[in-house]
Amino acid sequence: MMKDQALFTYCMRLADDSAIISQRLSEWCGHASHLEEDIALTNVALDHIGHARELYTYAGQIEGKGRDENALCFHRVEREFANLLLVEQPNDDFAYAIMRQFLFSAFMHPFWEAMKASKDEQLAGLAAKAEKEAAYHLRHSAEWVIRLGDGTEESHNRITDALEFLWMYTGEMFECDEVVSSLVAKGVAVDPMSIKHLWVETVNSVLTRANLERPAQSWMQTGGRGGEHSEHLGHILSPMQYLQRSFPQAQW
Amino acid sequence: MYTQALNKEVAEVESEDTEKLEAFQARIDREEKIEPNDWMPAAYRKTLVRQISQHAHSEVVGMLPEGNWVTRAPSLERKAILLAKIQDEGGHGLYLYSAAETLGVSREELVDQLLTGKAKYSSIFNYPTLNWADVGAVGWLVDGAAIMNQIPLCRCSYGPYSRAMIRICKEESFHQRQGYDLLVAMMKGTPEQQEMVQDAVNRLWWPALMMFGPSDKDSQHSAASMKWKIKRFTNDELRQKFVDATVPQARVLGITLPDPDLKYNEEAGHWEHGQPDWDEFYNTIHGNGICNKQRMKDRIRAHEDGAWVREAAQAYAAKQSAKKSAA
Repeated sequence: MMKDQALFTYCMRLADDSAIISQRLSEWCGHASHLEEDIALTNVALDHIGHARELYTYAGQIEGKGRDENALCFHRVEREFANLLLVEQPNDDFAYAIMRQFLFSAFMHPFWEAMKASKDEQLAGLAAKAEKEAAYHLRHSAEWVIRLGDGTEESHNRITDALEFLWMYTGEMFECDEVVSSLVAKGVAVDPMSIKHLWVETVNSVLTRANLERPAQSWMQTGGRGGEHSEHLGHILSPMQYLQRSFPQAQW
Repeated sequence: MYTQALNKEVAEVESEDTEKLEAFQARIDREEKIEPNDWMPAAYRKTLVRQISQHAHSEVVGMLPEGNWVTRAPSLERKAILLAKIQDEGGHGLYLYSAAETLGVSREELVDQLLTGKAKYSSIFNYPTLNWADVGAVGWLVDGAAIMNQIPLCRCSYGPYSRAMIRICKEESFHQRQGYDLLVAMMKGTPEQQEMVQDAVNRLWWPALMMFGPSDKDSQHSAASMKWKIKRFTNDELRQKFVDATVPQARVLGITLPDPDLKYNEEAGHWEHGQPDWDEFYNTIHGNGICNKQRMKDRIRAHEDGAWVREAAQAYAAKQSAKKSAA
Protein backbone atom coordinates (compact mmCIF):
# COMPACT_ATOMS: atom_id res chain seq x y z
CA MET A 1 0.00 0.00 0.00
CA MET A 2 1.51 3.29 -1.02
CA LYS A 3 1.78 6.16 1.39
CA ASP A 4 -0.88 8.31 -0.20
CA GLN A 5 -3.24 6.26 -2.31
CA ALA A 6 -5.89 9.01 -2.41
CA LEU A 7 -3.48 11.65 -3.67
CA PHE A 8 -2.18 9.26 -6.33
CA THR A 9 -5.73 8.53 -7.52
CA TYR A 10 -6.63 12.22 -7.48
CA CYS A 11 -3.61 13.19 -9.57
CA MET A 12 -4.23 10.34 -12.01
CA ARG A 13 -7.81 11.51 -12.57
CA LEU A 14 -6.66 15.02 -13.36
CA ALA A 15 -3.80 13.74 -15.52
CA ASP A 16 -6.16 11.49 -17.50
CA ASP A 17 -8.59 14.38 -18.07
CA SER A 18 -5.74 16.43 -19.53
CA ALA A 19 -4.25 13.61 -21.59
CA ILE A 20 -7.55 12.59 -23.13
CA ILE A 21 -8.82 16.07 -23.97
CA SER A 22 -5.44 16.94 -25.49
CA GLN A 23 -5.64 13.82 -27.65
CA ARG A 24 -9.10 14.87 -28.84
CA LEU A 25 -7.93 18.43 -29.55
CA SER A 26 -4.86 17.25 -31.40
CA GLU A 27 -7.10 15.38 -33.86
CA TRP A 28 -7.90 18.82 -35.29
CA CYS A 29 -4.28 19.61 -36.09
CA GLY A 30 -4.15 20.47 -39.81
CA HIS A 31 -7.92 20.08 -40.26
CA ALA A 32 -9.56 23.09 -38.60
CA SER A 33 -11.81 25.58 -40.40
CA HIS A 34 -9.07 28.19 -40.76
CA LEU A 35 -5.41 28.58 -39.86
CA GLU A 36 -5.93 30.82 -36.85
CA GLU A 37 -8.27 28.27 -35.28
CA ASP A 38 -5.96 25.38 -36.14
CA ILE A 39 -3.22 27.16 -34.22
CA ALA A 40 -5.54 28.02 -31.32
CA LEU A 41 -6.81 24.45 -30.86
CA THR A 42 -3.25 23.14 -30.98
CA ASN A 43 -2.31 25.70 -28.34
CA VAL A 44 -5.01 24.43 -26.02
CA ALA A 45 -3.92 20.83 -26.70
CA LEU A 46 -0.34 21.75 -25.81
CA ASP A 47 -1.38 23.31 -22.51
CA HIS A 48 -3.28 20.17 -21.57
CA ILE A 49 -0.33 17.95 -22.51
CA GLY A 50 1.79 20.08 -20.21
CA HIS A 51 -0.65 19.54 -17.34
CA ALA A 52 -0.81 15.81 -18.04
CA ARG A 53 2.97 15.50 -17.98
CA GLU A 54 3.32 17.26 -14.64
CA LEU A 55 0.47 15.34 -13.06
CA TYR A 56 1.57 11.90 -14.27
CA THR A 57 5.12 12.59 -13.17
CA TYR A 58 3.94 13.66 -9.75
CA ALA A 59 1.60 10.66 -9.48
CA GLY A 60 4.51 8.39 -10.40
CA GLN A 61 6.60 9.91 -7.58
CA ILE A 62 3.78 9.43 -5.08
CA GLU A 63 3.35 5.84 -6.20
CA GLY A 64 7.08 5.18 -5.90
CA LYS A 65 7.19 2.21 -8.26
CA GLY A 66 9.33 3.87 -10.89
CA ARG A 67 6.52 4.56 -13.35
CA ASP A 68 7.14 7.77 -15.30
CA GLU A 69 4.70 9.95 -17.27
CA ASN A 70 4.85 7.68 -20.30
CA ALA A 71 4.42 4.43 -18.37
CA LEU A 72 1.31 5.91 -16.79
CA CYS A 73 -0.14 7.35 -19.97
CA PHE A 74 0.72 4.63 -22.48
CA HIS A 75 0.70 1.41 -20.48
CA ARG A 76 -2.71 1.40 -18.84
CA VAL A 77 -5.93 -0.03 -20.28
CA GLU A 78 -9.37 1.56 -20.61
CA ARG A 79 -10.62 0.30 -17.24
CA GLU A 80 -7.67 1.95 -15.50
CA PHE A 81 -8.25 5.37 -17.06
CA ALA A 82 -10.16 7.65 -14.71
CA ASN A 83 -10.94 10.66 -16.91
CA LEU A 84 -14.34 12.33 -17.10
CA LEU A 85 -16.67 10.97 -19.76
CA LEU A 86 -17.01 14.53 -21.07
CA VAL A 87 -13.42 14.85 -22.29
CA GLU A 88 -13.48 11.62 -24.30
CA GLN A 89 -16.52 12.60 -26.38
CA PRO A 90 -15.69 12.76 -30.08
CA ASN A 91 -15.16 15.72 -32.40
CA ASP A 92 -18.41 15.17 -34.28
CA ASP A 93 -17.94 18.69 -35.60
CA PHE A 94 -16.37 21.95 -34.47
CA ALA A 95 -19.43 22.75 -32.34
CA TYR A 96 -18.95 19.55 -30.31
CA ALA A 97 -15.25 20.30 -29.81
CA ILE A 98 -15.97 23.85 -28.70
CA MET A 99 -18.88 22.98 -26.42
CA ARG A 100 -16.87 20.17 -24.81
CA GLN A 101 -14.01 22.58 -24.17
CA PHE A 102 -16.31 25.29 -22.87
CA LEU A 103 -18.16 23.06 -20.38
CA PHE A 104 -14.83 21.66 -19.17
CA SER A 105 -12.89 24.94 -19.02
CA ALA A 106 -15.77 26.70 -17.25
CA PHE A 107 -15.09 24.17 -14.49
CA MET A 108 -11.30 23.97 -14.73
CA HIS A 109 -10.73 27.71 -14.52
CA PRO A 110 -12.27 28.14 -11.03
CA PHE A 111 -10.86 24.71 -10.14
CA TRP A 112 -7.25 25.76 -10.72
CA GLU A 113 -7.94 29.14 -9.14
CA ALA A 114 -9.05 27.36 -5.96
CA MET A 115 -6.21 24.83 -6.21
CA LYS A 116 -3.68 27.66 -5.85
CA ALA A 117 -4.50 27.53 -2.12
CA SER A 118 -3.82 23.79 -1.86
CA LYS A 119 -1.56 22.64 0.95
CA ASP A 120 0.12 20.36 -1.56
CA GLU A 121 2.96 22.45 -3.00
CA GLN A 122 3.13 20.56 -6.28
CA LEU A 123 -0.56 20.98 -7.00
CA ALA A 124 -0.55 24.60 -5.89
CA GLY A 125 2.45 25.28 -8.13
CA LEU A 126 0.84 23.67 -11.15
CA ALA A 127 -2.39 25.56 -10.41
CA ALA A 128 -0.63 28.92 -10.56
CA LYS A 129 0.32 28.22 -14.18
CA ALA A 130 -2.73 26.18 -15.19
CA GLU A 131 -5.17 28.83 -13.94
CA LYS A 132 -3.83 31.35 -16.47
CA GLU A 133 -4.03 28.81 -19.28
CA ALA A 134 -7.53 27.72 -18.29
CA ALA A 135 -8.61 31.37 -18.35
CA TYR A 136 -7.54 31.50 -21.99
CA HIS A 137 -9.22 28.17 -22.81
CA LEU A 138 -12.41 29.45 -21.27
CA ARG A 139 -12.31 32.80 -23.05
CA HIS A 140 -11.52 31.18 -26.40
CA SER A 141 -14.23 28.52 -26.17
CA ALA A 142 -16.85 30.87 -24.67
CA GLU A 143 -16.33 33.38 -27.48
CA TRP A 144 -16.91 30.61 -30.01
CA VAL A 145 -20.02 29.35 -28.20
CA ILE A 146 -21.41 32.89 -28.46
CA ARG A 147 -20.40 33.31 -32.11
CA LEU A 148 -21.87 29.98 -33.10
CA GLY A 149 -25.02 30.42 -31.02
CA ASP A 150 -25.63 33.92 -32.35
CA GLY A 151 -24.16 33.38 -35.84
CA THR A 152 -26.16 31.64 -38.57
CA GLU A 153 -29.13 29.30 -38.32
CA GLU A 154 -26.85 26.38 -39.12
CA SER A 155 -24.27 27.27 -36.48
CA HIS A 156 -27.04 27.81 -33.93
CA ASN A 157 -28.47 24.37 -34.67
CA ARG A 158 -25.10 22.69 -34.49
CA ILE A 159 -24.05 24.25 -31.19
CA THR A 160 -27.50 23.47 -29.78
CA ASP A 161 -27.06 19.80 -30.73
CA ALA A 162 -23.66 19.73 -29.09
CA LEU A 163 -24.99 21.31 -25.91
CA GLU A 164 -27.96 18.95 -25.74
CA PHE A 165 -25.73 15.93 -26.24
CA LEU A 166 -22.87 16.87 -23.93
CA TRP A 167 -24.97 18.21 -21.06
CA MET A 168 -25.47 14.76 -19.50
CA TYR A 169 -21.70 14.48 -18.97
CA THR A 170 -21.38 17.65 -16.89
CA GLY A 171 -22.62 16.20 -13.59
CA GLU A 172 -19.53 14.06 -13.21
CA MET A 173 -17.33 17.11 -12.66
CA PHE A 174 -19.07 17.77 -9.34
CA GLU A 175 -18.95 14.25 -7.91
CA CYS A 176 -17.26 14.00 -4.57
CA ASP A 177 -16.30 10.50 -3.46
CA GLU A 178 -14.10 9.28 -0.61
CA VAL A 179 -10.90 10.13 -2.53
CA VAL A 180 -11.92 13.75 -3.01
CA SER A 181 -13.50 14.32 0.38
CA SER A 182 -10.52 12.90 2.30
CA LEU A 183 -8.19 15.25 0.42
CA VAL A 184 -10.56 18.21 0.79
CA ALA A 185 -10.47 17.61 4.53
CA LYS A 186 -6.67 17.86 4.44
CA GLY A 187 -6.76 21.10 2.44
CA VAL A 188 -5.16 19.40 -0.56
CA ALA A 189 -8.02 19.00 -3.04
CA VAL A 190 -10.69 21.35 -4.32
CA ASP A 191 -14.24 20.63 -3.21
CA PRO A 192 -16.05 20.65 -6.56
CA MET A 193 -19.31 21.74 -4.94
CA SER A 194 -17.59 24.87 -3.64
CA ILE A 195 -17.03 26.09 -7.19
CA LYS A 196 -20.27 24.85 -8.71
CA HIS A 197 -21.94 28.25 -8.43
CA LEU A 198 -19.10 29.76 -10.48
CA TRP A 199 -19.54 27.14 -13.18
CA VAL A 200 -23.29 27.71 -13.23
CA GLU A 201 -22.84 31.48 -13.47
CA THR A 202 -20.40 31.23 -16.35
CA VAL A 203 -22.51 28.70 -18.22
CA ASN A 204 -25.72 30.66 -17.74
CA SER A 205 -24.23 33.95 -18.80
CA VAL A 206 -22.50 32.54 -21.89
CA LEU A 207 -25.54 30.53 -22.98
CA THR A 208 -27.70 33.63 -22.63
CA ARG A 209 -25.34 35.70 -24.75
CA ALA A 210 -25.27 32.87 -27.28
CA ASN A 211 -29.11 32.72 -27.49
CA LEU A 212 -28.94 29.13 -26.25
CA GLU A 213 -31.25 27.49 -23.75
CA ARG A 214 -29.89 25.57 -20.86
CA PRO A 215 -30.98 21.92 -21.38
CA ALA A 216 -33.90 20.88 -19.22
CA GLN A 217 -32.69 17.34 -18.82
CA SER A 218 -31.31 16.58 -15.41
CA TRP A 219 -30.13 12.96 -15.71
CA MET A 220 -26.35 12.82 -15.51
CA GLN A 221 -24.09 10.05 -16.74
CA THR A 222 -21.34 8.74 -14.51
CA GLY A 223 -18.61 6.13 -14.50
CA GLY A 224 -15.41 7.75 -15.79
CA ARG A 225 -13.75 8.15 -12.41
CA GLY A 226 -14.27 4.43 -11.78
CA GLY A 227 -12.95 3.43 -15.19
CA GLU A 228 -16.32 2.71 -16.81
CA HIS A 229 -16.23 4.71 -20.00
CA SER A 230 -18.10 5.31 -23.21
CA GLU A 231 -17.12 3.16 -26.20
CA HIS A 232 -14.95 5.98 -27.48
CA LEU A 233 -12.10 5.66 -25.01
CA GLY A 234 -10.73 2.43 -26.45
CA HIS A 235 -10.51 4.06 -29.86
CA ILE A 236 -8.61 7.00 -28.38
CA LEU A 237 -6.12 4.74 -26.60
CA SER A 238 -5.51 2.41 -29.55
CA PRO A 239 -3.60 4.86 -31.77
CA MET A 240 -2.25 6.77 -28.78
CA GLN A 241 -0.60 3.74 -27.18
CA TYR A 242 0.30 1.82 -30.33
CA LEU A 243 4.05 2.51 -30.49
CA GLN A 244 4.65 2.11 -26.76
CA ARG A 245 2.70 -1.15 -26.77
CA SER A 246 4.33 -2.54 -29.94
CA PHE A 247 7.86 -1.82 -28.72
CA PRO A 248 7.69 -1.93 -24.93
CA GLN A 249 11.49 -1.99 -24.59
CA ALA A 250 12.03 1.12 -26.71
CA GLN A 251 12.85 4.63 -25.56
CA TRP A 252 11.71 7.42 -27.86
CA MET B 1 12.22 23.94 -52.99
CA TYR B 2 8.90 25.13 -51.60
CA THR B 3 8.53 27.05 -54.86
CA GLN B 4 9.72 24.49 -57.38
CA ALA B 5 7.07 25.24 -59.98
CA LEU B 6 8.61 28.64 -60.53
CA ASN B 7 11.52 27.02 -62.25
CA LYS B 8 9.42 26.58 -65.35
CA GLU B 9 8.30 30.15 -65.56
CA VAL B 10 10.10 32.89 -67.37
CA ALA B 11 9.59 36.42 -66.18
CA GLU B 12 7.54 38.56 -68.48
CA VAL B 13 9.26 41.00 -70.73
CA GLU B 14 9.07 44.43 -69.26
CA SER B 15 7.49 47.18 -71.24
CA GLU B 16 7.36 49.66 -68.42
CA ASP B 17 8.86 53.04 -67.98
CA THR B 18 12.61 52.59 -68.50
CA GLU B 19 13.47 55.34 -66.09
CA LYS B 20 11.43 53.80 -63.30
CA LEU B 21 12.90 50.41 -64.06
CA GLU B 22 16.42 51.74 -63.87
CA ALA B 23 15.76 53.50 -60.57
CA PHE B 24 14.17 50.31 -59.23
CA GLN B 25 17.14 48.19 -60.29
CA ALA B 26 19.54 50.72 -58.76
CA ARG B 27 17.76 50.36 -55.41
CA ILE B 28 18.02 46.58 -55.63
CA ASP B 29 21.69 46.82 -56.54
CA ARG B 30 22.26 49.01 -53.48
CA GLU B 31 20.59 46.21 -51.43
CA GLU B 32 17.73 48.50 -50.43
CA LYS B 33 14.48 46.77 -49.44
CA ILE B 34 11.44 47.28 -51.63
CA GLU B 35 8.36 48.02 -49.52
CA PRO B 36 4.65 47.50 -50.34
CA ASN B 37 3.90 51.09 -51.35
CA ASP B 38 7.02 51.48 -53.50
CA TRP B 39 6.81 51.33 -57.26
CA MET B 40 7.76 47.91 -58.62
CA PRO B 41 7.61 46.27 -62.05
CA ALA B 42 4.46 44.21 -62.63
CA ALA B 43 6.55 41.08 -63.25
CA TYR B 44 8.40 41.54 -59.95
CA ARG B 45 5.07 41.74 -58.14
CA LYS B 46 3.70 38.72 -59.99
CA THR B 47 6.79 36.60 -59.38
CA LEU B 48 6.71 37.43 -55.68
CA VAL B 49 3.00 36.70 -55.30
CA ARG B 50 3.51 33.31 -56.89
CA GLN B 51 6.63 32.50 -54.93
CA ILE B 52 5.32 33.65 -51.54
CA SER B 53 1.94 31.98 -52.01
CA GLN B 54 3.52 28.69 -53.11
CA HIS B 55 5.65 28.88 -50.04
CA ALA B 56 2.58 29.56 -47.86
CA HIS B 57 0.67 26.67 -49.46
CA SER B 58 3.64 24.38 -48.85
CA GLU B 59 3.64 25.26 -45.16
CA VAL B 60 -0.07 24.54 -44.87
CA VAL B 61 -0.09 21.30 -46.90
CA GLY B 62 3.08 20.34 -45.05
CA MET B 63 1.07 20.19 -41.83
CA LEU B 64 -0.66 17.05 -43.12
CA PRO B 65 2.13 14.45 -43.42
CA GLU B 66 3.37 15.28 -39.93
CA GLY B 67 -0.15 15.57 -38.60
CA ASN B 68 -0.49 11.94 -39.66
CA TRP B 69 1.54 11.01 -36.56
CA VAL B 70 0.18 13.42 -33.95
CA THR B 71 -2.26 10.99 -32.33
CA ARG B 72 0.35 8.18 -32.42
CA ALA B 73 3.40 10.02 -31.07
CA PRO B 74 5.17 7.59 -28.74
CA SER B 75 5.66 9.88 -25.72
CA LEU B 76 3.98 12.95 -24.31
CA GLU B 77 7.10 15.01 -24.86
CA ARG B 78 7.40 13.96 -28.52
CA LYS B 79 3.72 14.65 -29.02
CA ALA B 80 4.14 18.16 -27.64
CA ILE B 81 7.21 18.80 -29.83
CA LEU B 82 5.40 17.57 -32.92
CA LEU B 83 2.26 19.60 -32.23
CA ALA B 84 4.32 22.72 -31.60
CA LYS B 85 6.21 22.19 -34.86
CA ILE B 86 3.03 21.78 -36.90
CA GLN B 87 1.62 24.82 -35.16
CA ASP B 88 4.72 26.79 -36.22
CA GLU B 89 4.09 25.71 -39.81
CA GLY B 90 0.55 27.03 -39.62
CA GLY B 91 2.06 30.25 -38.28
CA HIS B 92 4.49 30.38 -41.20
CA GLY B 93 1.54 29.96 -43.54
CA LEU B 94 -0.09 32.95 -41.86
CA TYR B 95 2.94 35.25 -42.07
CA LEU B 96 3.47 34.30 -45.68
CA TYR B 97 -0.15 34.84 -46.71
CA SER B 98 0.10 38.22 -44.97
CA ALA B 99 3.33 39.03 -46.84
CA ALA B 100 1.59 38.10 -50.11
CA GLU B 101 -1.39 40.30 -49.19
CA THR B 102 0.92 43.34 -49.09
CA LEU B 103 1.26 42.82 -52.84
CA GLY B 104 -2.45 43.29 -53.45
CA VAL B 105 -3.94 39.79 -53.40
CA SER B 106 -6.23 38.36 -50.74
CA ARG B 107 -5.68 35.22 -48.73
CA GLU B 108 -9.07 33.93 -49.96
CA GLU B 109 -7.94 34.20 -53.59
CA LEU B 110 -4.70 32.42 -52.81
CA VAL B 111 -6.38 29.61 -50.88
CA ASP B 112 -8.85 29.25 -53.72
CA GLN B 113 -5.95 28.84 -56.16
CA LEU B 114 -4.56 26.05 -53.99
CA LEU B 115 -7.86 24.22 -53.62
CA THR B 116 -8.69 24.42 -57.32
CA GLY B 117 -5.26 23.07 -58.24
CA LYS B 118 -4.11 26.29 -59.93
CA ALA B 119 -1.35 26.91 -57.40
CA LYS B 120 1.44 24.49 -56.59
CA TYR B 121 3.12 23.49 -53.35
CA SER B 122 6.33 21.61 -52.71
CA SER B 123 6.51 18.09 -54.17
CA ILE B 124 7.93 16.73 -50.91
CA PHE B 125 4.55 16.83 -49.16
CA ASN B 126 3.13 14.36 -51.66
CA TYR B 127 5.15 11.59 -50.08
CA PRO B 128 3.64 9.62 -47.20
CA THR B 129 4.97 9.44 -43.62
CA LEU B 130 5.00 5.69 -42.99
CA ASN B 131 6.73 5.20 -39.68
CA TRP B 132 7.53 7.34 -36.64
CA ALA B 133 11.09 7.94 -37.86
CA ASP B 134 9.60 9.78 -40.84
CA VAL B 135 8.68 12.57 -38.42
CA GLY B 136 12.36 12.91 -37.51
CA ALA B 137 13.52 12.52 -41.11
CA VAL B 138 11.12 15.23 -42.25
CA GLY B 139 12.56 17.58 -39.63
CA TRP B 140 16.15 16.72 -40.42
CA LEU B 141 16.03 16.45 -44.22
CA VAL B 142 12.98 18.43 -45.33
CA ASP B 143 13.38 21.32 -42.94
CA GLY B 144 17.12 21.07 -43.52
CA ALA B 145 16.64 21.45 -47.26
CA ALA B 146 14.14 24.25 -46.73
CA ILE B 147 16.63 26.18 -44.61
CA MET B 148 19.25 26.05 -47.39
CA ASN B 149 16.88 27.92 -49.64
CA GLN B 150 15.34 30.13 -47.02
CA ILE B 151 18.48 31.59 -45.50
CA PRO B 152 19.28 33.49 -48.69
CA LEU B 153 15.60 34.56 -48.80
CA CYS B 154 16.16 36.46 -45.56
CA ARG B 155 18.10 38.86 -47.80
CA CYS B 156 15.40 38.91 -50.48
CA SER B 157 14.85 42.38 -51.93
CA TYR B 158 11.18 42.50 -50.94
CA GLY B 159 10.99 43.76 -47.34
CA PRO B 160 7.90 41.93 -46.01
CA TYR B 161 9.05 38.59 -47.46
CA SER B 162 12.56 39.02 -46.17
CA ARG B 163 11.33 39.86 -42.67
CA ALA B 164 8.93 36.90 -42.62
CA MET B 165 11.79 34.65 -43.67
CA ILE B 166 14.05 35.80 -40.84
CA ARG B 167 11.53 34.61 -38.29
CA ILE B 168 10.69 31.46 -40.22
CA CYS B 169 14.36 30.47 -40.53
CA LYS B 170 14.86 30.65 -36.77
CA GLU B 171 11.96 28.28 -36.23
CA GLU B 172 12.96 25.97 -39.09
CA SER B 173 16.45 25.50 -37.74
CA PHE B 174 14.94 24.56 -34.40
CA HIS B 175 12.72 22.02 -36.18
CA GLN B 176 15.68 20.56 -37.96
CA ARG B 177 17.54 19.99 -34.70
CA GLN B 178 14.45 18.47 -33.10
CA GLY B 179 14.09 16.10 -36.05
CA TYR B 180 17.71 15.07 -35.79
CA ASP B 181 17.36 14.59 -32.04
CA LEU B 182 14.38 12.27 -32.62
CA LEU B 183 16.49 10.17 -35.00
CA VAL B 184 19.46 10.09 -32.63
CA ALA B 185 17.20 8.77 -29.87
CA MET B 186 15.93 6.02 -32.18
CA MET B 187 19.41 5.10 -33.39
CA LYS B 188 20.44 4.59 -29.75
CA GLY B 189 17.46 2.27 -29.37
CA THR B 190 16.39 -1.20 -30.45
CA PRO B 191 17.19 -2.83 -33.83
CA GLU B 192 13.58 -2.20 -34.91
CA GLN B 193 13.95 1.51 -34.19
CA GLN B 194 17.21 1.65 -36.16
CA GLU B 195 15.52 -0.08 -39.08
CA MET B 196 12.73 2.48 -39.01
CA VAL B 197 15.27 5.30 -39.25
CA GLN B 198 17.09 3.72 -42.17
CA ASP B 199 13.81 3.02 -43.92
CA ALA B 200 12.64 6.61 -43.47
CA VAL B 201 15.92 8.00 -44.82
CA ASN B 202 15.87 5.59 -47.77
CA ARG B 203 12.45 6.86 -48.77
CA LEU B 204 12.94 10.57 -48.07
CA TRP B 205 16.52 11.24 -49.20
CA TRP B 206 15.80 11.56 -52.92
CA PRO B 207 12.55 13.49 -52.50
CA ALA B 208 14.50 15.90 -50.25
CA LEU B 209 17.08 16.46 -53.02
CA MET B 210 14.22 17.08 -55.45
CA MET B 211 13.05 19.97 -53.29
CA PHE B 212 15.70 22.18 -54.89
CA GLY B 213 14.05 21.78 -58.30
CA PRO B 214 15.52 20.47 -61.56
CA SER B 215 19.19 20.55 -62.37
CA ASP B 216 20.47 23.93 -63.60
CA LYS B 217 20.98 22.57 -67.10
CA ASP B 218 17.26 21.68 -67.30
CA SER B 219 15.95 24.60 -65.33
CA GLN B 220 14.72 27.71 -67.06
CA HIS B 221 15.14 29.55 -63.79
CA SER B 222 14.45 33.14 -64.20
CA ALA B 223 17.39 35.42 -64.76
CA ALA B 224 15.07 38.17 -63.60
CA SER B 225 14.71 36.56 -60.15
CA MET B 226 18.50 36.66 -59.81
CA LYS B 227 18.70 40.21 -61.09
CA TRP B 228 15.96 41.31 -58.68
CA LYS B 229 17.62 39.48 -55.80
CA ILE B 230 14.61 37.33 -55.11
CA LYS B 231 16.75 34.29 -55.80
CA ARG B 232 20.48 34.35 -55.07
CA PHE B 233 21.71 30.81 -55.75
CA THR B 234 20.92 28.27 -58.46
CA ASN B 235 19.14 24.98 -57.75
CA ASP B 236 22.32 22.93 -58.08
CA GLU B 237 24.32 25.28 -55.85
CA LEU B 238 21.74 24.96 -53.09
CA ARG B 239 21.45 21.18 -53.53
CA GLN B 240 25.22 20.88 -53.23
CA LYS B 241 25.28 22.95 -50.05
CA PHE B 242 22.61 20.68 -48.62
CA VAL B 243 24.45 17.47 -49.52
CA ASP B 244 27.71 18.83 -48.13
CA ALA B 245 26.04 19.74 -44.84
CA THR B 246 24.03 16.53 -44.53
CA VAL B 247 26.49 13.74 -45.36
CA PRO B 248 28.59 14.27 -42.20
CA GLN B 249 25.39 14.38 -40.11
CA ALA B 250 24.29 11.06 -41.62
CA ARG B 251 27.61 9.52 -40.62
CA VAL B 252 27.28 10.73 -37.04
CA LEU B 253 23.78 9.31 -37.00
CA GLY B 254 25.07 5.99 -38.25
CA ILE B 255 22.81 5.55 -41.27
CA THR B 256 23.63 4.97 -44.93
CA LEU B 257 22.39 7.49 -47.47
CA PRO B 258 20.84 5.60 -50.40
CA ASP B 259 23.19 7.00 -53.06
CA PRO B 260 25.98 4.69 -54.32
CA ASP B 261 27.57 7.63 -56.15
CA LEU B 262 28.25 9.68 -53.01
CA LYS B 263 31.98 10.39 -52.99
CA TYR B 264 34.03 13.17 -51.46
CA ASN B 265 35.94 15.22 -54.01
CA GLU B 266 38.96 16.55 -52.12
CA GLU B 267 39.91 18.99 -54.81
CA ALA B 268 36.49 20.59 -55.08
CA GLY B 269 35.79 20.24 -51.35
CA HIS B 270 32.33 18.87 -52.12
CA TRP B 271 30.42 15.62 -51.90
CA GLU B 272 29.66 14.35 -55.41
CA HIS B 273 26.22 12.81 -55.56
CA GLY B 274 23.88 10.99 -57.91
CA GLN B 275 20.76 12.46 -59.51
CA PRO B 276 17.24 11.90 -58.23
CA ASP B 277 14.75 10.21 -60.52
CA TRP B 278 13.59 13.30 -62.41
CA ASP B 279 10.71 11.42 -64.06
CA GLU B 280 9.35 10.76 -60.59
CA PHE B 281 9.83 14.45 -59.76
CA TYR B 282 7.86 15.68 -62.82
CA ASN B 283 5.22 13.06 -62.20
CA THR B 284 4.81 14.27 -58.64
CA ILE B 285 4.59 17.95 -59.48
CA HIS B 286 2.05 17.10 -62.18
CA GLY B 287 -0.27 15.50 -59.65
CA ASN B 288 0.70 11.82 -59.77
CA GLY B 289 2.62 11.54 -56.51
CA ILE B 290 1.54 8.96 -53.96
CA CYS B 291 -0.36 11.49 -51.86
CA ASN B 292 -1.21 14.42 -54.19
CA LYS B 293 -4.88 13.57 -54.41
CA GLN B 294 -5.13 12.70 -50.72
CA ARG B 295 -3.50 15.98 -49.65
CA MET B 296 -5.86 18.05 -51.78
CA LYS B 297 -8.84 16.04 -50.62
CA ASP B 298 -7.89 16.69 -46.99
CA ARG B 299 -7.37 20.43 -47.55
CA ILE B 300 -10.66 20.73 -49.45
CA ARG B 301 -12.52 18.80 -46.78
CA ALA B 302 -11.14 21.00 -43.98
CA HIS B 303 -12.09 24.09 -45.99
CA GLU B 304 -15.60 22.86 -46.85
CA ASP B 305 -16.33 21.40 -43.41
CA GLY B 306 -15.20 24.70 -41.90
CA ALA B 307 -17.36 26.88 -44.16
CA TRP B 308 -20.25 27.03 -41.68
CA VAL B 309 -17.83 28.07 -38.91
CA ARG B 310 -16.38 30.93 -40.94
CA GLU B 311 -19.86 32.00 -42.04
CA ALA B 312 -21.06 31.99 -38.43
CA ALA B 313 -18.11 34.13 -37.35
CA GLN B 314 -18.85 36.61 -40.13
CA ALA B 315 -22.57 36.69 -39.41
CA TYR B 316 -21.86 37.29 -35.73
CA ALA B 317 -19.37 40.06 -36.49
CA ALA B 318 -21.88 41.72 -38.83
CA LYS B 319 -24.58 41.62 -36.14
CA GLN B 320 -22.19 43.13 -33.61
CA SER B 321 -21.16 45.98 -35.87
CA ALA B 322 -24.82 46.64 -36.76
CA LYS B 323 -25.59 46.85 -33.03
CA LYS B 324 -22.70 49.25 -32.52
CA SER B 325 -23.72 51.58 -35.31
CA ALA B 326 -27.35 51.51 -34.09
CA ALA B 327 -26.25 52.45 -30.59
